[in-house]
Amino acid sequence: MSQLLTVEGISKGFPGVQALDGVNFELDRGEVLALVGENGAGKSTLMKILSGIYTMDSGRIAIDGDEVDVNDPKVAQKLGISIIHQEMNLMPHLTVAQNIYIGREPRTGPWLRDGELNRRTKQLLEGLNIHLRPSQVVGDLTVASQQMVEIAKALSYDHTKILIMDEPTSAISISETQVLFGLIRSLRDRGVGIVYISHRMEELRQIADRVTVLRDGQYVGTRRMDEVSDDEIISMMVGREISAGYSSRQDVPAHTGELALSVRSLSTKKLLRDVSFDLHKGEILGFAGLMGAGRTETARALIGADPVSGGTVAVNGKEVRISGPEVAVRLGIGYLPEDRKRHGLMLEQDVAFNVAMASLSSNKAPLGFLREGRARKVTDRFIKALRIKTPSSRTMVKTLSGGNQQKVVIAKWLARDCDVLIFDEPTRGIDVGAKEEIYKLLNDLADEGKAIIMISSELPEVLRLSHRIVVMSQGRVTGTLTPDKADQESIMKLATQNIEDVAA
Amino acid sequence: MTTQRAEDLADAGTQSAPGESVAAEAARSGRFAALGQGLQQVLAFGTLIALIIVFTIASPKFLTITNLSSILLSTAVIGILAVGTTFVIITGGIDLSLGTAMTLCSVVTGLLLTDAGLPLPLGVLGGIAMGALIGLINGFNVAVLGLPPFIATLSMMLVAQGLALVLSGVKPIYFTTVDGFSKIALGEIIPKVPNAVLVLFGLAILAGIILRKTILGRMTYAIGSNEEATRLSGINTRRWVLAIYTLAGVATGVAGVVLAARLNSAQPQLGVGYELQAIAAVIIGGTSLLGGRGSILGTVIGALIMSVLINGLRILAIQTEWQTVVVGLVVLVAVFADNLRKRRAEGGGHR
Repeated sequence: MSQLLTVEGISKGFPGVQALDGVNFELDRGEVLALVGENGAGKSTLMKILSGIYTMDSGRIAIDGDEVDVNDPKVAQKLGISIIHQEMNLMPHLTVAQNIYIGREPRTGPWLRDGELNRRTKQLLEGLNIHLRPSQVVGDLTVASQQMVEIAKALSYDHTKILIMDEPTSAISISETQVLFGLIRSLRDRGVGIVYISHRMEELRQIADRVTVLRDGQYVGTRRMDEVSDDEIISMMVGREISAGYSSRQDVPAHTGELALSVRSLSTKKLLRDVSFDLHKGEILGFAGLMGAGRTETARALIGADPVSGGTVAVNGKEVRISGPEVAVRLGIGYLPEDRKRHGLMLEQDVAFNVAMASLSSNKAPLGFLREGRARKVTDRFIKALRIKTPSSRTMVKTLSGGNQQKVVIAKWLARDCDVLIFDEPTRGIDVGAKEEIYKLLNDLADEGKAIIMISSELPEVLRLSHRIVVMSQGRVTGTLTPDKADQESIMKLATQNIEDVAA
Repeated sequence: MTTQRAEDLADAGTQSAPGESVAAEAARSGRFAALGQGLQQVLAFGTLIALIIVFTIASPKFLTITNLSSILLSTAVIGILAVGTTFVIITGGIDLSLGTAMTLCSVVTGLLLTDAGLPLPLGVLGGIAMGALIGLINGFNVAVLGLPPFIATLSMMLVAQGLALVLSGVKPIYFTTVDGFSKIALGEIIPKVPNAVLVLFGLAILAGIILRKTILGRMTYAIGSNEEATRLSGINTRRWVLAIYTLAGVATGVAGVVLAARLNSAQPQLGVGYELQAIAAVIIGGTSLLGGRGSILGTVIGALIMSVLINGLRILAIQTEWQTVVVGLVVLVAVFADNLRKRRAEGGGHR
């Protein structure tokens, strides 16, 4: 029998860029093929061609050996190709069932048949072993459950043969990921071919049968997962050897730095209970934990972005009351949010505008006039120092890559000269090469004496960078580890510690 | 069904047709992206010039000093309101209370100058202070109480209307006893240019400088671009929103005084509808209702387009009712052009 999906010599050019240049791959029935590559390698373009959103310039696509012309998303759907985009396309106010069958509702004349709709959905969900009720409102579900709804929607077209998933785990926790993987495996066993795009090496190990690597729009190669090492995949992706030491850091100094920040019994009404930790100058303090453990909440409560119900904070040994982010900034604490685009940047403004944001009030002329020239100079300095890849300080931030956007946020706080920096998922959505640069930057900042909190869901990252690691679970600190005692297992144990019984 | 169709349209908009060369498509979208912010201003300015040319050809009565002066005079009040509210709209807010608040300011000025018999400058300042107070309350409702701007200013619209009627006893207040009041609008420091027009341009230049060159302006754009990111950058966004609405209120007060001076009376029944015309001028001028983008120059051009259009149609003896229809269509076209530009600039179309 011929291959389920054959892609040969696909090329696609955009103004100034050859996004894809003669890319090939094959997908078998009942196979999970990982597609990896740095940001800008062409993965998304390739997927958009397969799902009919873009038209290719040249090349050939065949399904079951027959050449097809996927020139429209509807055609892709008819051919059995379904795609789950990185950003979800659900309507939050509608129910699970209404979302899945949107535009295909069972009706009698103009009348909707809700009973039939829910029955059908129930059947679909049960068949996929997804535990959701058809009548649940999607907006009330967790991100992971919404992801399940997306998958169910993709598979509700009964002839779906090929499922494309674009970074499906970027917003969900480890345990939820396992549920997702269970679903993927059952689909695979049913003969569905799955293209799985992800940055996370560990996940690929768990789920993928083969891996195809793209670099700069070109096909680099395909390997069987059980015959290739992580380092090999990474060097295929970046085109150079990376000594990605995935072990914990060795240069740990016995921490003698002065106390920069001391948090005691920080609590919020919603989640946090008695969160306490110390942060020293020159230290990178890692925060590990599962999604919803309260790491981001700790950061937001600390800087006064969310209301606090109890606890004390001392900066440089002096107790302070931080009633809002403006107070935190005045005290030299900068927060780099997890969701850069929504909370960290003004995408439609230029680089200089963004870099100047935190230091405007301390850098204004009489009558509130801005010092434009000085702000541009400062920005140009940081563009150079942080190696931000941008045509100029006047470039709209929206057009930069994830890594460079992150550097703009970092520049914003460096321009403000903050002593304490809180990085929330600093490398999320950033490609491998840029990650290395961010890591180096974090280390340099710590060496300069900045006190750094790094919240991350990627354990290798936490292990590699942190001088000490705070582990949280269910709104509490369940342990603080030094790198010599920390490994993935010990962290996971603390992170999954159930304290509900104790709490009661 | 509708969503499905909209998506198809979006796809059709972004995907190059099979026959068309990708390069041509790309060049076009690239050009759009490069022009970016300025495009709609250029478009608006082009429209203004085109209108002037068309009306000049259509009627010899259009391009006369007297008529141009009357166009400018009729732009003044709406223009002043629009300049002020440009700030509010760039923050992503909206102010529906402009029109009736302006009326209330007229009435307050009227009472201060006639009943209370205060000297002219104090009466004028009183009217402007009333506007500032209304703006401050709007700002408080939006920034501190967290009400949606639409609701907060809708209720202010009704309150101001009621107060204007109550304070005036539902009767116009005439300034016939107040020497020189009408000069504020109708005097001509520069021959043939009514003072109201000078007030508009003076205020517009000041507003332009504030918006482009000061921290208040920077905060206006920042809050409209991303309020949460602004807050997390350590900025007290509430305070700035309060300041921005207050500033818009000051402009409303000025508009109230200018309108009263122009009519030499405070008309408590007037006012409703002015807010929508002002907002229309802002939008025609390329300021995005979604916030984060806009300019004073655009707003002034937008206001001029509206009055040139109305004036020209009137000269061509087209019924008043139809004039309104045409203005409505122009707003529609302006918003559509803005959408088109955005879609091109984003290149993807898939959001």
